[in-house]
Amino acid sequence: MPDTLTNTAASAPGMRDAAANGPLLRVEDLKVHFPVMKGVVIQKQVATVKAVDGVSFAVDRGETLGLVGESGCGKSTTGLAILRMLKPTAGRIVFEGEDIAGHDKARMRKVRRRMQMVYQDPYGSLDPRMSVGDIVGEPLVVHGLAGDRRKYRERVAELIRMVGLLPDMAERYPHEFSGGQRQRIGIARALALNPGLIICDEPVSALDVSIQAQVVNLFMELQERLGLTYLFIAHDLSVVRHISNRIAVMYLGRIVEIATRDQLYREPLHPYTQALLAAVPIPDPALEATRPQQIISGEVPSALRPPPGCRFHPRCPHAMDKCRTEDPPLRDLGSGRAVACHLHA
Amino acid sequence: MASVADTAVVTASPRRHGAFVRFVIRLFREKPLGAAGAVIFVLFLFCGLFADVLAPYGMNQISPLNRLKPPSWQHPFGTDNLGRDMFSRCLYGAQLSVIIGFCAAGLATIISVVLGILTGYLGGKFDLVAQRFVDAWMSFPDLIILIVVVSVLGPGMPQIIGTLALLFGIAGSRIIRSAVVSVRENMYVHAAQSTGASTFRILWRHILPNVMPPVIVLFTTRVGVVILVESGLSFLGLGVPPPAPTWGGMLSGAGRTFMYQGPWLALAPGLCLTVVVYATNMFGDALRDLLDPRMRGSR
Repeated sequence: MPDTLTNTAASAPGMRDAAANGPLLRVEDLKVHFPVMKGVVIQKQVATVKAVDGVSFAVDRGETLGLVGESGCGKSTTGLAILRMLKPTAGRIVFEGEDIAGHDKARMRKVRRRMQMVYQDPYGSLDPRMSVGDIVGEPLVVHGLAGDRRKYRERVAELIRMVGLLPDMAERYPHEFSGGQRQRIGIARALALNPGLIICDEPVSALDVSIQAQVVNLFMELQERLGLTYLFIAHDLSVVRHISNRIAVMYLGRIVEIATRDQLYREPLHPYTQALLAAVPIPDPALEATRPQQIISGEVPSALRPPPGCRFHPRCPHAMDKCRTEDPPLRDLGSGRAVACHLHA
Repeated sequence: MASVADTAVVTASPRRHGAFVRFVIRLFREKPLGAAGAVIFVLFLFCGLFADVLAPYGMNQISPLNRLKPPSWQHPFGTDNLGRDMFSRCLYGAQLSVIIGFCAAGLATIISVVLGILTGYLGGKFDLVAQRFVDAWMSFPDLIILIVVVSVLGPGMPQIIGTLALLFGIAGSRIIRSAVVSVRENMYVHAAQSTGASTFRILWRHILPNVMPPVIVLFTTRVGVVILVESGLSFLGLGVPPPAPTWGGMLSGAGRTFMYQGPWLALAPGLCLTVVVYATNMFGDALRDLLDPRMRGSR
């Protein structure tokens, strides 16, 4: 069964060859805007929420790109737009060499086989009325790969084993499992179709800290074994540091900095990244007490009315006149690093 | 020795029997009240289906010498003002109630589910327009619609079943819709959408099973309500025409007129109605709880 699945996945040779050299996923100037409507019968657009406003990044095969930022910065929206669960307002989403931003439902169905999602809430993301086996096997059924019942059952058992659960558990229902086990079931479901890309939307933030490590390690093991590519959305910087190769930091619908993990943690360039990293607690009270405090003041401005110029300037300790008027572009600094800040022009 | 063998059989039985038997065992163990409801419900069905065989007298068999006789061995529920056996008439009444109750409640539930799931899941303009139509429909008094239908088509069972099904079906769609709206927002629906599952599959495999609890309750309560409404209609002369022994007709016709001379005329059909409606409700509640896999933990 796994062989047939990989074969079918590779059976679109034209697209795959063209994409073999480039990154698996390239997002170019992605915008997701939501209109704010007023009125019940006659609706009028009164404003626009620019949840994602010009995001560009690329994810290479086999790597993990961490996408971090405060809640409301648009990181989940970005993930949903890539999956085309939300309609992108503008921009290109090039997946395996194919721009899927304008795909209709039928064409998107084929692409869905190649990208899957793992959800934040391990309780809400599994249908309580379906057995674990049915949940894990659903993507196979949906894509017509469940014809041979015996092979189908073997594949489901294999998937369940792959995430560290016992194949007998296929008969049971989600409510009989703990949060961590449920998240494993969600991962097994995401693996069912042998996808190229898995979008992980805060997959561990709903779990206990002790379980988080197990699940993160499972993600990493699976990546090594199956050559998976992850877009890992999270707000927990230590989790992202553990799993990511590269990290993109988002603020108010924009990416403010992209760097490799080591670069970013050693020498954050954007003031927002610096503030974020400074806010990560150190598990040592003595060190924690002596380290310099860098607290950014104020709240994240509303995505309804983002500030002019640099979006971070009202809260930035280094804000200059230029920052108030001129929006800094994401500037490539070489060696895989890019930052959107006038300080690093 | 015998006792050892007995316990062994009892502990092994759930494995050996089929799913239905296991379900019945659970019903009796976990929901005694629901089980009682189920027994009455089955008895009611049985009476309805085999009324022709069970009834000692014909439904309209008149015996002028035995008018208004109190309950006796010959006539367990007494006789009415025309000397008809009340026990037989109650059995035939069960037959009519089974037919009307199940057909109308079943059709109504199907209408509610289809309409509720479509408007709730698809949402948007379709939901807006369809639900305003439901609003308009519900703002008509039920009785007026029934009177119009009966006066145009004449009184009779098919038109009563059809009208009641439409009335309750459209009104009930609101309940299903609200359940669907909350189920639709669950991430497992989102997960199915993002794997590329068809709308039909999502509705059939995810939405419908998760709105089954209200559907079951809707159906069982509707059976009771339909039987009651039919009684009310018979009282107004809009129901199944008089010689037919409907519980409602008996209750409001002879039962009311001769209440003082023969209280059994009102008590017999009244008790039948009460017990059957109560039993369907209890059974429905038990079904709803037992069919939920989340409740299966308590073994």
